[in-house]
Amino acid sequence: MKQFLAFVTKEFYHVLRDQRTLLILFGMPVAQILIFGFALTNEVKDSEILVVDYAKDNASQELLTKIGSSRYFKIRQAALNHKEILSTFRQGKIKAVVVFPVNFNEDLLHHNKAQIQVIADATDVNTANMITNYLSSIIMDYQNQVNKTLKMPYRITPEVRMLYNPQLKGAHGFVPGVMALVLMLVSVMMTAISIVREKETGTMEILLVSPFKPVLVIFAKAFPYLALSLVNVVAILLLSVFVLDLPVKGSVPLLFAESTLFIITCLALGIFISIKTETQQIAMLISLMGMLLPTMMFSGFLFPIENMPVPLQIISNIVPSKWFYIIVKSIMIKGLGISMLWKETLILLGMTVFLLMVSLKSFKIRLQ
Amino acid sequence: MEAVVVKNLTKTYGKEQTVAVDDVSFSVNQGELFGLIGPDGAGKTSIFRMLTTLLLPDGGSASVDGHDIVKDFRAIRSSVGYMPGKFSLYQDLTIEENLHFFATVFGTTIEENYHLIKDIYVQIEPFKSRRAGKLSGGMKQKLALCCALIHQPTTLFLDEPTTGVDPVSRKEFWEMLKRLKEQNITILVSTPYMDEASLCDRIALIQGGKILSIDKPDNIVNGYPDTLLAVKADQMYRLLKVLEKHPDMLNSYAFGEYAHAVFANGQMQPEALESYLHAHGLSGVEVLAARATIEDSFIKLLH
Repeated sequence: MKQFLAFVTKEFYHVLRDQRTLLILFGMPVAQILIFGFALTNEVKDSEILVVDYAKDNASQELLTKIGSSRYFKIRQAALNHKEILSTFRQGKIKAVVVFPVNFNEDLLHHNKAQIQVIADATDVNTANMITNYLSSIIMDYQNQVNKTLKMPYRITPEVRMLYNPQLKGAHGFVPGVMALVLMLVSVMMTAISIVREKETGTMEILLVSPFKPVLVIFAKAFPYLALSLVNVVAILLLSVFVLDLPVKGSVPLLFAESTLFIITCLALGIFISIKTETQQIAMLISLMGMLLPTMMFSGFLFPIENMPVPLQIISNIVPSKWFYIIVKSIMIKGLGISMLWKETLILLGMTVFLLMVSLKSFKIRLQ
Repeated sequence: MEAVVVKNLTKTYGKEQTVAVDDVSFSVNQGELFGLIGPDGAGKTSIFRMLTTLLLPDGGSASVDGHDIVKDFRAIRSSVGYMPGKFSLYQDLTIEENLHFFATVFGTTIEENYHLIKDIYVQIEPFKSRRAGKLSGGMKQKLALCCALIHQPTTLFLDEPTTGVDPVSRKEFWEMLKRLKEQNITILVSTPYMDEASLCDRIALIQGGKILSIDKPDNIVNGYPDTLLAVKADQMYRLLKVLEKHPDMLNSYAFGEYAHAVFANGQMQPEALESYLHAHGLSGVEVLAARATIEDSFIKLLH
């Protein structure tokens, strides 16, 4: 136990005395959260849309005011023909066009249904989706409002439902994603260089000629990073609650427990890389390239896994951050408990045990 | 009693089976200061790494304090002290922290074995809160020795401890080793510096993975079979050229400010060589009968 404490103290000294490590450890998560939370948000604010109102009747005017009063859209009005609409799009300022047909109100009154044409600039698929969704929900809203007073209901557009995130708040998807990404990167990278550094500087040679056990080294190496990564989790959650206005719906202790588990998975992975590599550079490269890309692609945080080809969907299963992303999303946004998440938790636990066993097995007790 | 026994130890590296240690056998007595003397690439580090259980031998066997280096590696690891050739302490930890760490890893405390390191530690103690990476070469060696000694090892392996250390610190270092010997610690030290050989109790001259000779330094020097002359002239380069052409000469090489010329025992007198050199137009010639050093013996063994 004394040995373990001395080892842990030594590791803490290494981390705390290396300013660059500290910067990566604490600077990166904060920067990422803020960048993803604010700059790269896919929330649609003040998008310029063009309204072409051929009807100019009561219903179209009411609906227009409704659209205009939402903070998502800035409305420009113009009476243009189809060709002119297309050329306005090419200028790139307009995100979408809403066209009211000539007999909008009359169609509603006589046929109880009318059409509104919504044309979106689909070069940015996400934004286009979002805008059409917003518009549809506003139209829906209007329809419901009008229908309260009518016996024969009007029908204007198909129903669109946004579960859990009715305003499509950008930070919702990003906080769990960034949490998975940042914890993965920081934990894997930091531990990946920790053992290989001892090999490179030659201290491993002395350590080997001492009574220490490989288990001791592995746990002592992981411990400080676990503590520091938990500080990171606190920082990320504080930022998300107080800066990005995204509260934790579910249980905070559960979220911490799951985060601890995920951090340990990542640390085990980092240690495995560290044991298998010979130089800090290679270890760094593997953990950066090997972790960043799969985490970005396969965690489901930037690209929905359901839309991927089956082989990629299968591959995504071995990416730990995918499971953690699901867990965090479920706890933070949906407010689910452990009873709904035991499967993901077990998978992470299994991965951790496996990685630790393999690391322990492949720990070289000699130089060759 | 023999502390270290090495029998036919062999080590090869890589697919090409490069032989680093070739059928080496020797033994070191308890409390002895034993030197492995040889140039870079002679196989000294490989032998040390096998004895400290860091490498597995490809052939032969060895034991340290009666423990087999393959089977009982754990026992060896907790009882020996090892100082690798490259400075291998934590550069970002202070002197005190390094020492404390290694003491704790070996399950002891600085206080418990302070008597062993006291003489050395007092020299670096004024800098104890300085980080190891910021120390001078000599101080680094002293700290490394302290860390290797702090658990009271039975046998101490020092791999080229004085390489890259200034002459004064080197001298101090060897004095420290002599004092440690009095504590009945067996010391194996390797060095490429021939002048350090005479400071050991016994030495093994090693080259190309093979041991050329094992004996007390004095015996090796006294056993030098040939006549050795130290020669000096105003034109050193021409002197070497002229010496090479002498028909009776066995070998000649630059040796400090002199050139050493080797002749078969009793076959050449200094005066005779002096006149030979004068005859070849060299000026300022000085020829002395020289006593062989370890280096001369080593060169002799290589031929």
